[in-house]
Amino acid sequence: MGNRIIVDPITRIEGHLRIEVEIENGKVKNAWSSGQMFRGIEMILQGRDPRDAHHFVQRSCGVCTYVHALSSVRAVEKAIGIQIPETARLLRNLMHAAQYQHDHIVHFYHLHALDWVDIVSALKADPAKTSKLSETVSAAPWGGIAYYKSIQQKLQTFVDSGQLGPFNNAYWGHPAYQLPPEANLMAASHYLEALRLQAKSAKMHAIFGAKNPHPQTLVVGGITCIADLVPDRIAQFLYLWKETQEFVKNVYIPDLLAVASFYKDWGGIGGTSNFLAWGDFPQTPNEVESCLMPGGLILRRDIKNIQTPNQEKVAEHIKHSWYEDGAALHPFKGETKPKHGEYDTGDKGGLMSFFSKKETGKYSWIKAPRYAGEACEVGPLARVLVAYAKGHPEIVAVVNNTLAALNVPVDALFSTLGRTAARGLETVVVGDAMEGWVMKLIDNVKNGNTNTYQSYEMPDEGMGYGLNDVPRGALGHWIEIKDKKIKNYQYVVPSTWNLGPRCEKGKLGPVEEALIGTPIADPKRPLEILRTVHSFDPCIACAIHVIDPTSNEVYKIKVL
Amino acid sequence: MDKQEKEFYGKLEAKGVSRRDFMKYCSALTATIGLSASYVPKVAEVFAAPKQRPPVVWLHFGECTGCTEAVLRTMYPWIDELVLDILSIEYQETIMAAAGEQAEQNLHDAVKKYEGKFICIVEGAVATAYDGAYGKVAGRTFLEIAKENCPKAAAVICLGTCSSFGGVQAAKPNPGGYKGVGDALGIKTLNIPGCPPNPVNLIGTVVNYLLMGKLPALDNLHRPMFAFAKTIHDQCPRRSHFEQGEFVTTFGSDEAARGYCLYKLGCRGPETYNNCPTAKFHGGTSWPIQAGHPCLGCSEPDFWDKMTPFYEEK
Repeated sequence: MGNRIIVDPITRIEGHLRIEVEIENGKVKNAWSSGQMFRGIEMILQGRDPRDAHHFVQRSCGVCTYVHALSSVRAVEKAIGIQIPETARLLRNLMHAAQYQHDHIVHFYHLHALDWVDIVSALKADPAKTSKLSETVSAAPWGGIAYYKSIQQKLQTFVDSGQLGPFNNAYWGHPAYQLPPEANLMAASHYLEALRLQAKSAKMHAIFGAKNPHPQTLVVGGITCIADLVPDRIAQFLYLWKETQEFVKNVYIPDLLAVASFYKDWGGIGGTSNFLAWGDFPQTPNEVESCLMPGGLILRRDIKNIQTPNQEKVAEHIKHSWYEDGAALHPFKGETKPKHGEYDTGDKGGLMSFFSKKETGKYSWIKAPRYAGEACEVGPLARVLVAYAKGHPEIVAVVNNTLAALNVPVDALFSTLGRTAARGLETVVVGDAMEGWVMKLIDNVKNGNTNTYQSYEMPDEGMGYGLNDVPRGALGHWIEIKDKKIKNYQYVVPSTWNLGPRCEKGKLGPVEEALIGTPIADPKRPLEILRTVHSFDPCIACAIHVIDPTSNEVYKIKVL
Repeated sequence: MDKQEKEFYGKLEAKGVSRRDFMKYCSALTATIGLSASYVPKVAEVFAAPKQRPPVVWLHFGECTGCTEAVLRTMYPWIDELVLDILSIEYQETIMAAAGEQAEQNLHDAVKKYEGKFICIVEGAVATAYDGAYGKVAGRTFLEIAKENCPKAAAVICLGTCSSFGGVQAAKPNPGGYKGVGDALGIKTLNIPGCPPNPVNLIGTVVNYLLMGKLPALDNLHRPMFAFAKTIHDQCPRRSHFEQGEFVTTFGSDEAARGYCLYKLGCRGPETYNNCPTAKFHGGTSWPIQAGHPCLGCSEPDFWDKMTPFYEEK
């Protein structure tokens, strides 16, 4: 029997996540992912006005802000049977794409980078060599010996103060850190620059959406910011987009490649088998077919046989989650009752382990969504694989360039490194598309096509769903309206897919699967676990919610 | 100017911030927190890198991390300055490098070392049903963690509506029995509600604390008076439209494009105390009513129940 370790809290994520692994011969042999908080927003939504739902669900998460609100208004609009005006769709896409840019930059630099970058080692760097390295690999607008000296001095002053704050007691000096001091210094400086850049990028949301997080401009039927459709506001948006996209291309991607080149072995660690994307960024009223990022399903890594996903095949399992036992059900007919209990991963502890069975019991508030019985990874890697397999020209180009630059085969995509790279690559493609949408918006304003709202009558009854692909992956919201009120509301969220536990058949969730085989150099400082877990960009507040108790009646799903 | 001050302005200039800009910011902040102009140089001093940065322990409970995100958007000072030059963030799960046992150790060490001296910032509500079983970190409930650490702080600042008053998870039927920290523990907290709160109001509170050695004056809900003394309605730039009877009744209409009053679409500005119209978000970029959306009342207790349905005139 291997040695069990628990990492709780997993930091540099959203929410409360606990990861347990069993280590044997220096590698992860088994893994358990556990969500540690339950709020019950879906229960809270019952009986409320469907127009209000997006405000509630947006509070699922302040990191992936905006996206739940977007999915919610889409679901309600489908239930009502309305289409929003073109200008509203453009604005929604622009805000969604701005969320991709912001979210992915923050993830790479502030949530993930310290798994690869040893900040303490940067103190030993030669600023002159760092400057040279930076000029070779990156087109960053800052640099030079004086610049890197000043950053190093800033870090040194910080360390000398004896108050290490957020950098205290991390895995610094761990043997799995591979970057030379000069690369660490370059990355540390970009960590700081990115902190400021993200504050500017988030302003894109504020221009049309008042604030970020939790923009306040979406409504069922469209978007409210009609008074902001004036040249100076649009120009400010365009300027911020440009500054952000330049950062993505000149700093983020070069840093990604530079770091990846030292960690190519991670192109063979942390992979999963199945991938699901619903697709997003509709460019015409025909929302599913016109998505910039297409939907698709890949099973057992077979990218030659890409399938069209069907939401009817989604079911959530609860055998290993803290809910009263029941069958795995589709979101429209779910029945769930929270039932808190012991954390049971089958480890009885000490001597008892030798006598008791090691069966895993209930251990998470997260449910286990399955597509036709299979656990699926969702997120940037799923989207990029789907788009690549479908021959999406921009995605094919960036993926092939990256594989060539790193001199690795396509198979290397199925890994922790591939997941982290895919996130950067799709940021380039989605960011590039934004410029065209802004130009279209300007055209519309010029031609007086500023209609941003479709009025409607709330029906007494209706059902609808919104399938979306948001920065962390495939997101679905399902709503049933009765007497103009919410009868039932569900959402199946990216981190529910990725961080969920075992299903009733005992199949592992994607993160659990990805962790198996991960080398662990020092069980007391399991840096390698953080690498793979963070590569999924977990968002645990989103992942946990409850489906209300309803009858077992099978609903016909109304597809509009 | 003494040496330290010179160094400080040198650093600012290297970042492209002139001394003049900096003083302008300090004036604005001084005005926001309701101090007289004579305090401006002192506010500047607070930012001039104190020798011992005040320790901060930041706890996350039942929340969405939106309050952390909101603070990451601060532009004056920038977040890297707040984290590296002004405060000493001893524990903050979203940004800290350490994880697991090492992270836990940081929390215990900081609370022990700085007992009675650290600022405790809390984000999120505390689950109280079933002995707090609905929310845990490192195997301990939010309730246990709050009980153990909050009373040891010099001050507990509840950042956001959730830690202040319970927030969205406390909306009916409140399955987890979530409560604000003051309510859950029976202690007095300083509350900076808002969903999200404006980072300017946290910075203002911290500056007030560092400057005066005490917390700012509070209203009956323990919110700083400098931010929460007036209603949105009383400060609203659309107020004259309200007085003239010029209302938006449909989103996207000509009236909406003209920026008429949103009262008839359910605006809760008249019942909501906050400084959104004057402070705005993102360095003055916008705020909800400017974006054409009615105020939700997001800084008021129980607004998810009391202010809904949002789109109905009260």
